[in-house]
Formats: sequence, C-alpha cells, structure tokens
Amino acid sequence: MQLIKCPWCGPREETEFHYGGQAHVEYPAEPAALSDEEWARYLFFRDNPKGRFAERWSHSHGCRRWFNAIRDTATYRFEAVYRPDEPQPVNS
Amino acid sequence: MSTQYLDATPPHTPGADLPEHPDFLWRNPEPKKSYEIVIVGGGGHGLATAHYLARNHGITDVAVLEKGWLAGGNMARNTTLIRSNYLWDESAAIYEHSLKLWETLDQDLGYPILFSQRGVLNLAHTLQDVRDSVRRVEANRLNGIDAEFVGPEDVKKLCPIVNISDDIRYPVLGATYQPRGGIAKHDYVAWGFARRASDAGIDLIQNCEVQGFETDGDRVTAVRTSQGTIGAGQVLLAAAGHTSTLTDQLGIKLPLQSHPLQALVSELLEPVHPTVVMSNAVHVYVSQAHKGELVMGAGVDAYNGYGQRGAFHIIERQMAAAVELFPVFARAHLLRTWGGIVDTTPDASPIVGRVGYENLFVNCGWGTGGFKVTPGIGWCLAQTLAKQEPHDLVEPFGIERFVSGVLVDEHGAAGVAH
Repeated sequence: MQLIKCPWCGPREETEFHYGGQAHVEYPAEPAALSDEEWARYLFFRDNPKGRFAERWSHSHGCRRWFNAIRDTATYRFEAVYRPDEPQPVNS
Repeated sequence: MSTQYLDATPPHTPGADLPEHPDFLWRNPEPKKSYEIVIVGGGGHGLATAHYLARNHGITDVAVLEKGWLAGGNMARNTTLIRSNYLWDESAAIYEHSLKLWETLDQDLGYPILFSQRGVLNLAHTLQDVRDSVRRVEANRLNGIDAEFVGPEDVKKLCPIVNISDDIRYPVLGATYQPRGGIAKHDYVAWGFARRASDAGIDLIQNCEVQGFETDGDRVTAVRTSQGTIGAGQVLLAAAGHTSTLTDQLGIKLPLQSHPLQALVSELLEPVHPTVVMSNAVHVYVSQAHKGELVMGAGVDAYNGYGQRGAFHIIERQMAAAVELFPVFARAHLLRTWGGIVDTTPDASPIVGRVGYENLFVNCGWGTGGFKVTPGIGWCLAQTLAKQEPHDLVEPFGIERFVSGVLVDEHGAAGVAH
C-alpha cells in the first residue's frame, strides 16, 4: 500500500482512492459525425504503456474529487499529481 | 441434485503422486537466420501452439522466442484452474474444446500433467447471483457442458470446510458446479508442450527479448531481438500482459489494459479441500495443490501495472473473504505471494486473429483466465497459422468486434472481476 497525494487533502492511503484509467481522453467534439471505427476508438481503445502514464484518480473516501496523476506503471511510483483544470506537467 | 459427484474421495497423501523430474526437457539452440513462423512468447499458449503446429500440421520451421525463461511469466504464476462453464456460446465452445484436450493431454504429450478433475464450484451469495448462476447452468447444458446448480447443503457435501451458515455477511445461497473442472500442474503442462515441440524440431529460444520489428508494406518481415534479427514468414504475438509493449513498436493500438493479478499459497497442509471453490462476490478462489498448499487468488489490482506485484490491501481483503468462507484457514500460514500481469479487454474476452499486417497475428486479452485454454488455444492458433485464416473457434474473437459491436461480454462468467 502506498500514500497517494490528493491535490486537495495531501497524502492519504491508497485504499481511499479509486482508479479511473487514462486521463485527458476528450469527449468527441461532434459525436454525430463519428464513424463506427472512430466510436470504437473513443470507447474502447486506451494507451497501455510500460512507464509513465497520465491517469485519473478519485479521492473517493476523502474529498471525493477527481484529479490527474503521472504514474510509472513499471514501478507504480507517482511522479506528479495535478488538478483537472491544470495542464499535464511538462517533462512527464 | 444428483449425488453421483458427491462421493469423491479426498486426495491421498500430499505429493505422493508427483512424478520425478525428467532427465531431458528441451534443446537450447542458437536462433537460425529465419523461420517460417516466429512465435513471440514462450509461455503456455506459445508452447502449445508450437506443439500443435508440429503435431497437427507437420510444420516445424518454427521458433518460439522468450525474453526470460520458458513459462516463467504468467504460466508460472497462475492458480491453474480449469473449467469451461462460460455463459456465451463463443466462449463455451473454445473453453470446452480445451477441456476435452486436457482430458487426454497426458497421453498426447507423453508426460504427466496431473490433471485432477475434482470439480469447480462457483458460489452464489445473493438472489441475483443465484439467478445468474442458474441461467449460466442452463446455457452450459445447451452447449453440452456438464453443469448443475447445487444448494448450500450440497456445497457442504462437496467441500465440507465451506461455512454455509446464514449469519455471515455473504451467506452461501448455492453454487454452480462443473464436475469435469479441476486443476493441473502448470509447470508440467509447460514442460510437456516444450518437450514435444523441441523433439519435433521446433527451436525454443530463451533469453531472447524482442526489441522491434522490420516491416515491408503490409508484411512484418523480421523480428529484432537481443540475439539478432530473425526473419519471419508469419509472426504470432503470444505475450499475455506484455502484448501492448510489442504492438506499440508496430504502431498498432489494441483495446488492452494490463493489470497486476495476485495469488498466494499457504504452507503445506493435509488434504482438507477436495474441490475448487470460486466466489465472485467476496472475491476469492481456492484449491489445494497436489503437494498440499492452499492456492488462492483474488481480483486484479485496479490500476494498470507491469511490476509483477500488487498492493497489499487486495490480499488483505481476499484473506478476509477466505477466512469467513473457510474458518479453518484462520490457522494456516501464508507461505508466499506473487503477481502476474494480465491483459484485460473491455468485454472480458480475448483478442485473437490478424491485426495491422497481413502476416501478423495476436493472441492476447485472456485477462485472468488464460491457463485453462492453453491446449485449446494452441490447437486453434496452430491451424490459424497453418491455414493463415482464423480457426472457427477463434473467429468470433477478432478485433473487428469492437467496431461491429458483436462483443462477447463475459464479465459474468470470467470468474475474476476485471
């Protein structure tokens, strides 16, 4: 179990959090214009890197807010956490 | 229910039926310049495919490339459960094909795999669980798969140490039961396939990490490895949780997410657990290995990961569930825990078939349940490669289904939440 730093509450135990998968997946700007192939890409296809990954977490047993994190999927180390309205940190 | 399955004798002395290790397993050749077929991934699926390529199709100009040692990934880490009681026709067909192969695999491989058909119980803890279970049993029967729904008293007869009292948090309301399900000795399965493939002339190349690919138009022409570039007529990726790291190098994106899946064993115990018990609701599954360890698994860790380990709180929850269901486990000592990396898909079914290139095939997305299909998928992939078109049993699992919408949604029967 590791400590995860909620941007609002500070470091809390991993069990307080809920994982939300890849971050920065934009809802289609023109949903009606999408082909089946494009819908499949939006719904089902996500990155799955071994290494740094921008992903969403929710502090579900705390402030209940969503935030983003840069985490290394090989080491599980959190390299950055940032609020949804903040840009993805450079060099990450 | 019928009682024909209820008088099974418990396993005898732990370890008594374990065979001696053989003197010879397989050759360790240097890679040739090129092969008709290159299989990336020397786990159960890759080795089984190699075996059936030689056995069923007479194709032996084949290399199996393994970045570590043979069967040292998920094949060495899984909990060895075998069953075919899946809900949908497509899944039932391939898992049942596999189960039939398991039943004669000892003879086919000339090698003991200790397939023990001790039966598999999937517990139901809520009224909805019961309804889903009965539905699945009926679906299984329509597919010719042995299945029945049993009540709590029969669960107790099949596995006397299960707590069926109604004052626990998730009481046992019944279970699906597949008598032909069971366990096998995973190392021996891998060694059996490897030995036969190697004997037939197929090269099994260990410590050979794939680092990239060479392509020409719509074909993959070679695989770049830590032991040099190896030309390939066809390429099969059978790398389980690490498939994305390979396809990323080809610019092919797959709907896969890799997660740690943990398992653990107790110290050796006298025979106490005569069958296999799984519970989706409280999330634990247990069997007793041939030597006597209690082998347990849980759900996947929620986050993506490649670290071959997971979080301790997952194990903690799994143990809490296990001790409530099996109060005698409270005195067992944990011997060791470990994690494997499983590749999950949006519909909890695998992705099998051609992707991106004319001669590139993938076999991935088996999630938490790849072991049970080892002979079955090997059989089908061998034919797929030999004829260069998908075997009927894997055809429904093509990547096209994510566009067409013809998903095979097995979340309810996959056994482990993912």
